[in-house]
Amino acid sequence: MGLGSDMYRQQILDHYKNPRNYGELEDPDFTHVGENPSCGDTIRMQVALDDAGETIDAVRFTGDGCAISMASASMLSERLHGMSIEELDELDTDDVTEMLGVDISPMRVKCAVLGRQVAQDGSKIHRGELDPDDRTKTEE
Amino acid sequence: MGVQEQYPFDVEAVRADFPILDRKVGGDPESPGEGPGDDTPLVYLDSAATSHTPDPVVDTIADYYRGYNANVHRGIHQLSQEASVAYEQAHDTVADFVGASGREEIVFTKNTTEAMNLVAYAWGLEELGPGDNVVLSQMEHHSSLVTWQQIGKRTGADVRFIEVTDEGRLDMEHAASLIDDDTQMVSVVHVSNTLGTVNPIPEISAMAHDHDAYVFADGAQSVPTRPVDVGDLGVDFLAFSGHKMCGPTGIGALYGREEILDEMGPYLYGGDMIRRVSFEDSTWEDLPWKFEAGTPSIAQGIAFAAAIEYLEEIGMDNVQAHEDLLAEYAYDELTDLGGVEIYGPPGHDRGGLVAFNVEGVHAHDLSSILNDYGVAIRAGDHCTQPLHDEMGVAASARASFYLYNTVEEIDALVEAVGEARDLFA
Repeated sequence: MGLGSDMYRQQILDHYKNPRNYGELEDPDFTHVGENPSCGDTIRMQVALDDAGETIDAVRFTGDGCAISMASASMLSERLHGMSIEELDELDTDDVTEMLGVDISPMRVKCAVLGRQVAQDGSKIHRGELDPDDRTKTEE
Repeated sequence: MGVQEQYPFDVEAVRADFPILDRKVGGDPESPGEGPGDDTPLVYLDSAATSHTPDPVVDTIADYYRGYNANVHRGIHQLSQEASVAYEQAHDTVADFVGASGREEIVFTKNTTEAMNLVAYAWGLEELGPGDNVVLSQMEHHSSLVTWQQIGKRTGADVRFIEVTDEGRLDMEHAASLIDDDTQMVSVVHVSNTLGTVNPIPEISAMAHDHDAYVFADGAQSVPTRPVDVGDLGVDFLAFSGHKMCGPTGIGALYGREEILDEMGPYLYGGDMIRRVSFEDSTWEDLPWKFEAGTPSIAQGIAFAAAIEYLEEIGMDNVQAHEDLLAEYAYDELTDLGGVEIYGPPGHDRGGLVAFNVEGVHAHDLSSILNDYGVAIRAGDHCTQPLHDEMGVAASARASFYLYNTVEEIDALVEAVGEARDLFA
């Protein structure tokens, strides 16, 4: 039996119970909210950029949802620090599962990638490349 | 203590008809049956989503394709006659099962949802307008909720919702205040797929008929699990799905009172539903074929009848007794475990399902962990999003039981729920 499993190793539970960078930024360059309606997972990401507007200086998130989505957002918030906007754009699903360090079952991938999607969409809206009315969902 | 001694029939003998219950799970879903860890016995507690199919029903499907596969109502040749007779007789079997007067009152559909849409389109779009209202309940499945909501938008009819009490029952006083002389349809779920509540349909029917409104009962969770008689319920329409009652997917039934179906125009046009066609106009076939356009799900329809015969062999009173036994046992055991919130009425007064949340554990995490123990439950909103909003949660876990489930399987569920709770504590 893959006891509780591999998907819920200590690191995931730790980030779920003690999320990093949880809260709000005073002066974010962009804020974006996304959800997975069927799970009820909601994540709000705030990002502050450096003076050149190219590198991520600070990240905060709040949210409500399953352990996979929350731990993923928490780990991502650490990883994003110092990352360029271009590097954020390039983050794919494999990067997220690699970061989580566990096998994510196919039905749960949408939970794992919600935080990344919110950050990427927020960045695109900030640059005028995405209609702000498009709410982020990872279920389509 | 021997809860097993109270089984109303030989559950092990029933289980032998369902080979799928013997399979193991736990391996890689993309390559089932391979790889390490693929050795956990399946504990299937998701029959409210879809039930398993016993060998006699699977054999019926195979017999049809191997022995007399042909289109129905189209040929004079022997295979078509055999298929037509079996398909038509399947309607009689379904009619008898729910106490309808005959095949004229049973339309085969794809599922409960399609049956609901059939009435909503063929009757609702024609008959409803501004000033009219349709009364639903807050515990409707999306199959009826979304359907009537959208028909309401298209016709201008008001759509009202009977409130649910804190104990998960319909507020009948509120129902009495909503149903008035402008009410044309009262569409209510018989057994809630989320709360497990068994709604007082006869009472609702009497209330609706006092105001000359029709009554539509969603029987998706009731017809598979207890004796249901349309006369006793007093309903004008009843819908249910084959795949939740030991039958295949792709087949369901609409019961409609003959005089109403007679007056309703067709839902889908095409072959098999017509009597005479010219370039200018067409006339319709008799009931129920007027509502079954195109080649129907023939094998599934015949197998649907085989599923009913299988259930009747066990007896619907016995199926219900078994469900009641398991529901009460699960309710009590989960309550005793602690840290579990169960939705709906108490264990001794509900259908065979239990929806719940574990403190501090999201339903999807719970379901993922239970899966590692081989326990299959449903997690999510169970197609009742507005009801979950009322319950104040985004999702819940749901264990549902059927005639092949055992007390030991519920013990496995409760143990795994305890493990999940502790993991997140």
